[in-house]
Amino acid sequence: MTFWKRFITNRGALFGLAILIAVLLLALLAPLLFPRGPWAMVQRPFLVPFSTDGLPLGTDTLGRDVLAGLVYGARVSLLVGLVSTVMALLIGVPLGALAGFYGKWVDEAAMRFTEFFQTIPNFALAIVLVAILEPSLTSITIAIAIVSWPPVARLVRAEVMSVTRREYVDAARLAGLSNMHILVRQVLPNTVSPIIVMASLMVATAILLESSLSFLGLGDPNIMSWGFQIGAARTVIRSAWWLSFFPGAAIVLTVLALNLIGEGLNDALNPHLSRKGRS
Amino acid sequence: MKLLKATTFLVAAAMATGAAAQQDGGRLDLIVQPEPPGLMLGLVQNGPTQMVAGQIYEGLLRYNQDLEPQPSLAKEWEISDDGMTYTFKLQEGVKWHDGEPFSAADVIFTTKFLQDNHARFRGAFSHVESVEAPDDNTIVIHMKEPYGPFINAFEAGSMPIVPKHIYEGTDYATNEMNNTPIGTGPYTFVEWEKGSFIHLKKNPDYYLDGLPHIDDLYYRVVPDAASRAVAFETGEVDVLPGGAIENWDVARLTKMDNVCSTSEGWEFFAPHAWMWLNNREGPTSNKLFRKAVMYALDREFVKDVVWNGFGKVPTGPVSSKTNFYTDDVPQYPHDPEKAKELLKEMGYDGTPVRLLPLPYGETWQRWAEAVKQNLEEVGISVDIDSADVAGWNEKTANWDYDMAFTYLYQYGDPALGVARNYIESQIQKGSPWNNVEGYVNPEVDAMWEAAAVEPDNAKRQDMYTEIQQKIVEDVPVAWLLEIEFPTIYRCEVKNLITTGIGLNDGLRDAWIEQ
Repeated sequence: MTFWKRFITNRGALFGLAILIAVLLLALLAPLLFPRGPWAMVQRPFLVPFSTDGLPLGTDTLGRDVLAGLVYGARVSLLVGLVSTVMALLIGVPLGALAGFYGKWVDEAAMRFTEFFQTIPNFALAIVLVAILEPSLTSITIAIAIVSWPPVARLVRAEVMSVTRREYVDAARLAGLSNMHILVRQVLPNTVSPIIVMASLMVATAILLESSLSFLGLGDPNIMSWGFQIGAARTVIRSAWWLSFFPGAAIVLTVLALNLIGEGLNDALNPHLSRKGRS
Repeated sequence: MKLLKATTFLVAAAMATGAAAQQDGGRLDLIVQPEPPGLMLGLVQNGPTQMVAGQIYEGLLRYNQDLEPQPSLAKEWEISDDGMTYTFKLQEGVKWHDGEPFSAADVIFTTKFLQDNHARFRGAFSHVESVEAPDDNTIVIHMKEPYGPFINAFEAGSMPIVPKHIYEGTDYATNEMNNTPIGTGPYTFVEWEKGSFIHLKKNPDYYLDGLPHIDDLYYRVVPDAASRAVAFETGEVDVLPGGAIENWDVARLTKMDNVCSTSEGWEFFAPHAWMWLNNREGPTSNKLFRKAVMYALDREFVKDVVWNGFGKVPTGPVSSKTNFYTDDVPQYPHDPEKAKELLKEMGYDGTPVRLLPLPYGETWQRWAEAVKQNLEEVGISVDIDSADVAGWNEKTANWDYDMAFTYLYQYGDPALGVARNYIESQIQKGSPWNNVEGYVNPEVDAMWEAAAVEPDNAKRQDMYTEIQQKIVEDVPVAWLLEIEFPTIYRCEVKNLITTGIGLNDGLRDAWIEQ
């Protein structure tokens, strides 16, 4: 069975993929769907959902369209999630690979460095970083990347260590290939599947982190995001439930979709596991 | 000599309460937000300190809601016709909370004490030549020049009378009595449980017979706005001072049974909100741009939506509650087309401007978002900056902004609370309360100077009218709102707000219907 066939037989993963594609489409089409942007004050404030034509999810404290906010928020969430994950991979993969491949003092140094970051609680570190750098889309993305790379480094190190002990790597050494060549061409390609699975889950975590930061008021004040919507709705949660409910649901669905996809990928990339069924 | 007759207390009380007899006793729980840094009003004058310590300390005068002087520690006063001599007759039989008698010597000592510790007092007393006490119950102040607003500078926040027998010859800031303040006011200090409450009790020896009415006051410290609203709902507190809860909660709480609200009690402060527009550089240095900003803003919308209908759209630098206000000035209604024309005329090239909100909670954040949206609709591109309170102070005080929200008090007179934001001599880095926008107009400066020392009130009105017209034409800042902070309380609390500073000295006359 090919990878793709194994993936689509997993219903959960397909469901997740469908949601993600839908969110992605909405995010891409946002400027076409809501040309006035998410901040336009279009109607009276506090309109209840499904009560007014053209405003299916109602309006917020300033009379802004909640649906427009959701759709534009999707762009921010996905963008931050993807970019920060790519950045985290760019830090974590090389560091972990070098540590695992060379061992000895390189390993020691790299792992102590990684532990330094791991001992500080993720969220606390992210808050401090954003506060120091002043909240903006860039600083938030960087902060999330900085707090999320250590697990990648550890995973890659472990994978590389186990792959490096295989016979074909010894064979490559005997064939006179350079260390770099062996690491990049022979070892790393064999560690890709766990990295992909981890990356898909990291995107989900990143979205949650971004939302939490925005909720606390540490978001980019010029950008509409789901966390911002919930944070702004916090003070009126008892009189206007829909302001926090819909963005909350959007976060839940997107994170769920990414988790399902991650699990699907995990099963599909690891035929051994998928045949036995997930434990 | 023109004699200002002091209304006797009995008449005032009878007028205020009508036929109903006041009842004594009871306990009142109020919110104080945030927790004050100290209660020694002569040393600390920020909002929460004034609210609590205003019951402990008193000034020579109080002001009613029309900002007319009323007796307090002074029972009568006279101003000479040339405005050069102020004579105060003090109440008799007044005792400090520790039993020592109060006399004119305390007032003389206070003028020295406050010179070192109270910036606003220093400003007002810079016009004073000398202060003397011909006898134990009389104070005479000789002026260097007539200074009209002087009579507005005697309430407890501007000039709290402090006890000479405790502070003379000591280091004021480290005097341990600062922790157990001694005043002459209607309530005495009992206990301060840090982070929880401040307890004051009735002063049994208060010099006005029958006052105060309430036995115990508890000022409660609750750090979160939502929790403060809940504390009121559950009956744990009886009074929410203005600004204690987010505006969105006001409508909900005032709908509850037996809950009253009022926006009175801020007349003396008349909080005035505006955006600093940096007159030095960037698009905001162009008058056409600043006018365009005024036309682009939908200020009525913000008042109705962000402030739940509280407040009033201002016409210019002087609040309609402050003396010498005029509405005879150029008007700036919401007119996006006009704004676009002005931008075209100036040749605005789309340079983005930075907007710095006031970090005082959700209301202010929403306000900044509404302003940004208004401005973008006429083609001005806006980036909202973010900063915490310290960062906001730092950025405005050092002029590192294009547009920045603020609000300031006016203290009843343009010379006290308005001039400082528009005259050239007040352009000084390091303070977020002075002429932060960098407005320079020597012609208007001269008018401010003349108006402050003009003894005739009718002439002062003419001068301030002209000043307001000129400033509104120049739009050095964008005036947004005359803020009204509604005070929310249980309806059985009577006479809560009877003065221009409201809760800050109002508990003297308040009583609870049992």
